[in-house]
Amino acid sequence: MLKFILRRTLLMIPQIILVSILVFMLAKAMPGDALTGAFQGNPDANPEQIEKIREKMGLNDPWYQQYGRWLGNAVQGDFGQSYVHKQPVTHLLAGKIENTLLLSFFTLIITYLIAIPLGIIAGRWTDTWADKIIVTYTYFAFATPIFVFALLMMFFFSFILDWLPYSGSVDIKIETGTWDYFVSRARHLALPVLSGALISTVTTIQYLRNDMIDQKLKDFVKTARAKGVPERKVYTRHILRNSLLPIAAFLGYEITGLIGGSVFIETIYSYPGLGYLFIQSIQTRDFTVVTSLVLISATATIVGTMLSDIILSIVDPRIRIE
Amino acid sequence: MSLLKINDLKIYYPIRGGFFRTVVDNVRAVDGISFELQPGETYGLVGESGCGKTTTGRAIIGLNHVTSGEVLFEGNDLAKLSRGERRKYTKDIQMIFQDPYSSLNARKNVLNIIAEPLRNFERLSPKEELVRVQELVARVGLSPESIYKYPHQFSGGQRQRIGIARALALKPKLIIADEPVSALDVSVQAQVLNFMQEIQEDFGLTYLFISHDLGIIQHMCDRIGIMYRGRFVEEGSASEIYTNPQHVYTKRLIAAIPEMDPEKRFEKMHLRQAINQEYKNDYNNYFDKDGRMFDLKKISETHSVAMQ
Amino acid sequence: MKNPVLEINDLRTSFNIKGNYYAAVDGVSLTVHENEVVAVVGESGCGKSALANSIMGLHNLKNTKLEGQINFGNQNLLELSLAKLNKIRGKDIAMIFQDPMTALNPLATIGRQIEEPMDYHLKLSATEKKNRTLELLRRVGIKNEQRVYDQYPHELSGGMRQRVVIAVALSCDPVLLLADEPTTALDVTIQAQIMDLMKELQNQMKTGIILITHDLGVVAEMADRVVVMYAGEVVEIADVKDLFENPLHPYTRSLLNSIPSNLEAKEKLHVIDGIVPSLQNLDRTGCRFAPRIAWIPEEDHEERPEMHEAEPNHFVRCSCYKTFYFPEDRVGEIDYVTTKN
Repeated sequence: MLKFILRRTLLMIPQIILVSILVFMLAKAMPGDALTGAFQGNPDANPEQIEKIREKMGLNDPWYQQYGRWLGNAVQGDFGQSYVHKQPVTHLLAGKIENTLLLSFFTLIITYLIAIPLGIIAGRWTDTWADKIIVTYTYFAFATPIFVFALLMMFFFSFILDWLPYSGSVDIKIETGTWDYFVSRARHLALPVLSGALISTVTTIQYLRNDMIDQKLKDFVKTARAKGVPERKVYTRHILRNSLLPIAAFLGYEITGLIGGSVFIETIYSYPGLGYLFIQSIQTRDFTVVTSLVLISATATIVGTMLSDIILSIVDPRIRIE
Repeated sequence: MSLLKINDLKIYYPIRGGFFRTVVDNVRAVDGISFELQPGETYGLVGESGCGKTTTGRAIIGLNHVTSGEVLFEGNDLAKLSRGERRKYTKDIQMIFQDPYSSLNARKNVLNIIAEPLRNFERLSPKEELVRVQELVARVGLSPESIYKYPHQFSGGQRQRIGIARALALKPKLIIADEPVSALDVSVQAQVLNFMQEIQEDFGLTYLFISHDLGIIQHMCDRIGIMYRGRFVEEGSASEIYTNPQHVYTKRLIAAIPEMDPEKRFEKMHLRQAINQEYKNDYNNYFDKDGRMFDLKKISETHSVAMQ
Repeated sequence: MKNPVLEINDLRTSFNIKGNYYAAVDGVSLTVHENEVVAVVGESGCGKSALANSIMGLHNLKNTKLEGQINFGNQNLLELSLAKLNKIRGKDIAMIFQDPMTALNPLATIGRQIEEPMDYHLKLSATEKKNRTLELLRRVGIKNEQRVYDQYPHELSGGMRQRVVIAVALSCDPVLLLADEPTTALDVTIQAQIMDLMKELQNQMKTGIILITHDLGVVAEMADRVVVMYAGEVVEIADVKDLFENPLHPYTRSLLNSIPSNLEAKEKLHVIDGIVPSLQNLDRTGCRFAPRIAWIPEEDHEERPEMHEAEPNHFVRCSCYKTFYFPEDRVGEIDYVTTKN
């Protein structure tokens, strides 16, 4: 197992380097650069002056020199300066990571809390009205773009009912660490989490339902019935157990999906996390930030995949990692 | 000259391990086998699952890569030819598969299924093609209108006939039949086996008949090679193998054929026990210290056994 | 006479196909006695698997209709609630399945799967269950039982798994064992081992066995009595020796003649004309085998074929067996057919 993790971690390095080159080139290929963003709409900016700064920052060097410089620093934990925010990228990210992880974590929990019971109901009582309602829900959730759904939620719960706040992560006036602070954070999380979760349940519900329908037809289920196992136990001990294992294994992928997927939710709710920062940085050509973020999510994807493989090997005796 | 001659054929699959996934060992699916097929004969390759018989058949037709050894078809070594050069011979060697349900493309009608090899190898006008297909369909005993039907509209036995018609389309010399009837019911099986014997005479075919069923092999084959763990255990004419088996594994296989006389069932059971005992006692006569079988040794003009 | 364990009376199992019910088992009656192996033999579509699933209550009742009686002890299994049936399944009646590769749960240990029926049918402590399981594994010929106990199905070969499947069935000492093609998915030598094992166990345990199979060789090796089925009906019942020495029904005779036998190599095998009709296309009036022996004149069949005791304890359906012959045996005797009428 240890050997496997070590091997996979080593394999990660070339993968991440490849991704980083790609990201770096793409960022370069975007029209404009850091300075275009910084001086955008500033009529006083002197083009000669800007050109000088550009030269000084090395923005006119060939790409591989710039890349080498950037990589060397990144390895040492220095992702450079944000041109827009005028502070080190690491510093800038620190606060946002926490927000995004919080959002992802709760979204994941709520997703499973909704998806697993619904998937089980639909899978066990196929073709009943309950199943039909659940399947209809998954069709709608599948077809609805997340940003449309998030806007609808916001419109309904914030503007019409005025129950929940629609932007930010906490009220500004409240002191950190107090009870009110927690309540305020929770209230700010509620809408983004729910909007994300209600949409992302779809895959899990559909997977669980289909897998249970598959498992039901397996011979070993017939064996269980022939053993005199009561119907309820046939489901819990054989069908459900076997269907849930792959879902546990998907956890790894799911986590990365949520980090990537939070871009829309965070932007719509102006939630100060990585996703919101990502969109802002693209708009302002703050490309040190963009490359860092893409690199983080690429790393998360690769780690998530490895995590899934490890979980699968733990829960499924047929898969052994050497 | 023999039609097909297999010379010390080896097919290995690497097992990778260690930190850098290097090849640490090989699965020896086929581990040095040699045999020959004379024109017009039916050669039976028998063994249990995993013995390498199917791998051998697929290697001859080019579906499996060959690690080493020769596959001489009319003197040309197919294993050494490139894909393009092989094409000349693929026409002469055709295959009939085990499962008539999955070996036919469900989305094509019979006309297109049977015409496919013709289109690959011969330039025929649509009219000529239709005539050829109709001849073939008639030859395998299906009605003329069936060429516009789809595989799911046929029974298992009829589907296997369609598979045979496709194999016959290019007038091959050698047909490799890999468990052609094991997915079929007994009565349908009889139909297909009879039919295979008929077309053998009509077309002058040579068969390599691969099966695990000794009853069918004995019924169909002139000569038989018994395979076990990628090696030949024994080779001989059908009657030599059945009436005078030498290797303990051959004996075991033959004793495993269910006894059709209910009165003799306990006799048969005791025979099997005796052979199992022989297997344990005389293990060293049949296997070397690595558990590998010895090379074949001739005990008569036609009969060879892997014994020390 | 030995005591009957199971009596099936006029069982009719029908499946819903596009709104109509069609009987796959069409009025089958048979009895299994203590310590008796009854083989039910026939080709695919004859209804033998539907029969097995009816006895075990494994059909989906949403699209299956069951009529008649399956009497076990003093109960009709068809009238029992699922809860009551579950007290019998796995305990008094157990089943051995065809494919050992799929009949075991891939995610549970062998020990767990053998112990499972004991959880519901026997009041045993954990140690007692484990000891019993190890004993069962030894009895089905698994030597390193301690190790196998903790292994998963994929770690065992096909033959070993089938032994485990048998151990599962034997776990609560059943009085009736239902073996559905127990050797079909196995290699020849493994098939022989499993047949010998089952014979040995049957000798020790004196259970009644219903052996469902398409393989007449397995029948000859294992059965005491044979029930031949064709198109949902029983066409012949006889002791195994009688059946192989003196088969009566045209279907039984045709089937036996289509097997490549050990004696006459390279001879033509008998081919049964036509195909087995599908459930919807089956003509349920008259002799169901008649369309496949068209050379036998219509008047030789009964209008409503019944089972007759042609010889003591040898039953056969329809009267066509009396005049049946194989056309290939009469080549050159054409005038026989014409002069007969």
